[in-house]
Amino acid sequence: MADEPTPPPNADRAHDAGVEHNVYDHMHASADFQELRNKYRSFAIPWTVAFLAWYLLYVVMSNWATGFMNIQLVGNINVALVFGLLQFLSTFGIAWLYAKHMNKHVDPIARRLEKQYNEETGR
Amino acid sequence: MSSQVLTSVLFLAVVALTVGITFWASRQNKGAADFYAGGRSFSGAQNGLAISGDYMSAASFLGISGAIALNGYDGFLYSIGFLVAWLVALLLVAELLRNSGRYTMADQLAYRMKQTPVRMAAATSTVVVSIFYLLAQMVGAGSLVALLLGVESAALQNLTIAGVGALMIFYVTVGGMKGTTWVQIVKAVLLMTGTVLITVLVLAKFGFNLSELLGAAVDNTGKGQAFLEPGLKYGVDLTTKIDFISLSFALVLGTAGLPHILIRFYTVPTARDARTSVMWAIALIGAFYLMTLALGFGAAALLDTGPESEVATSGGNLASPLLAEAVGGGEGTAGGAILLALISAVAFATILAVVAGLTLTSASSVAHDIYANVIKKGAASEKDEVRVARISAFVIGGIAIALSIPAQKLNIAFLVALAFAVAASANLPSVIYNLFWKRFNTRGATWSIYGGLLTCLVLVASSPVVSGSDTALFTNSDWAWFPLSNPGIVSIPAGFFFGWLGSVTSNEPTAEARYEELEVRAMTGAGSEAAVHH
Repeated sequence: MADEPTPPPNADRAHDAGVEHNVYDHMHASADFQELRNKYRSFAIPWTVAFLAWYLLYVVMSNWATGFMNIQLVGNINVALVFGLLQFLSTFGIAWLYAKHMNKHVDPIARRLEKQYNEETGR
Repeated sequence: MSSQVLTSVLFLAVVALTVGITFWASRQNKGAADFYAGGRSFSGAQNGLAISGDYMSAASFLGISGAIALNGYDGFLYSIGFLVAWLVALLLVAELLRNSGRYTMADQLAYRMKQTPVRMAAATSTVVVSIFYLLAQMVGAGSLVALLLGVESAALQNLTIAGVGALMIFYVTVGGMKGTTWVQIVKAVLLMTGTVLITVLVLAKFGFNLSELLGAAVDNTGKGQAFLEPGLKYGVDLTTKIDFISLSFALVLGTAGLPHILIRFYTVPTARDARTSVMWAIALIGAFYLMTLALGFGAAALLDTGPESEVATSGGNLASPLLAEAVGGGEGTAGGAILLALISAVAFATILAVVAGLTLTSASSVAHDIYANVIKKGAASEKDEVRVARISAFVIGGIAIALSIPAQKLNIAFLVALAFAVAASANLPSVIYNLFWKRFNTRGATWSIYGGLLTCLVLVASSPVVSGSDTALFTNSDWAWFPLSNPGIVSIPAGFFFGWLGSVTSNEPTAEARYEELEVRAMTGAGSEAAVHH
């Protein structure tokens, strides 16, 4: 037991853990699931790379592009402050885009698959 | 009524309110899912508030505004890292973790790996991260109370630390996750209200013109435009610049590896609610950090921040409370006394809510991972497990009190940054690999957790923070060979590297086979833990 993976925590509630394994396996192979995974990953991974790069650019410029960062735009407001505030804006924006993407493209498939799972395992 | 009396009365009011909430919440605590995960019955908005309450620690509220007051723009860099970090949690972790785990960070690893080694490793790093974070909060509580009550007494500081410790043990053992969550929600509301109030009062002094506020900060500090530009603190030489990059990455990658944040995703009924909670948290935390700009530059513009000032000698920690006093009318006025007391009470509530979350997280991991699954091999009854969790809360609380008393000379921001570095190096690699990489397995998980953790701790022990510099823990000896004060730039890649190396040098067909199940479950919610209905 100690060297085995944990049984699914809800195994006691399902009829038979074996049924669950089979259901998961054929769900994984289904076109629905492949589409779900593709829709999720094709948003999450590129956007993660993008916001990390955008943040790295900000950090690097704060260190080594001080001439540019110190340009005053309006009164005492300089590029560095605006760049910092843009990081806030981009964070809010990406979060909003992500929620919109998931609501529209991912949630309907996830709901369908969860329903299918519940029917097949009798939960 | 003097300011000290008023402050004490408000502190007691915060204690009474949170104790009342805890008793109220305890009536609904029945099983393990209630104790560990609040019955998974919180709404997305409630959990979003609780996450904000868990995350915005005294180090944020007092520390960041203080850092801006003293170092100008460089203090703002912390806020940005702390906020952008939430995108990692939102896009990669929150929803998948909600569906694949149960009570602790280790659950999602144990789903497809060998129980004993992965649970031991994850529980170890959970407890280490939480203890560092706890120390920071409790040391902060001790010095805050001493400074606010105007009593420089070691006995009073120790008493405060012991009192905070006793309260957090009470919240956790009596209220469980439900009580802790409500304490965090109330704290988030108090903190946001207090911060909005001070921000409006500060901005009103400058006609709601940000440029004018910044100009006043430049004039008052006498540091010139450099005060508004990056580099005052981190731009000294190449080492400080690299240190800054290292810190930035620890901040951005640490959040999604903090165990007390991760287990908050288990308190909602579905992955969609986990997403909603992070959306709320991003909005609240973002708004809060924007306001710290007004607080920090406001303190620089309105207070004396010279080397001998109270703001500077408290390491910036008193900037917000003293600013509240100043915008309320100044020292000796009724308005000043009321606002000072109010903001101090908010800071105190902030500390209480964060320490409760941390204690609960460690106690859950000890009881659920080590006791129930490693020692009892999954055969412990729910009742036994919860009893052990309560005992663990006592023990961890006791350890935290015992460690905090001698740790009072440590810098709070350093301890928090260290907790973030450990979380990013030891926890994040295994969480990400487990959710996204089929080939990841038991050896990879244990190597990445222990490898990231040890690299981090060894580098910190060998850094100028611990020995060799004027501000070091040990000033009389010098064994430092690692030049940076934050280890992230080395230890985070090390955590990922060890995870990869461990996985490719071992073969574990069950872990790979179960990955497909984990993936379906994580992404669809099929078979995931449901909410408890009473």
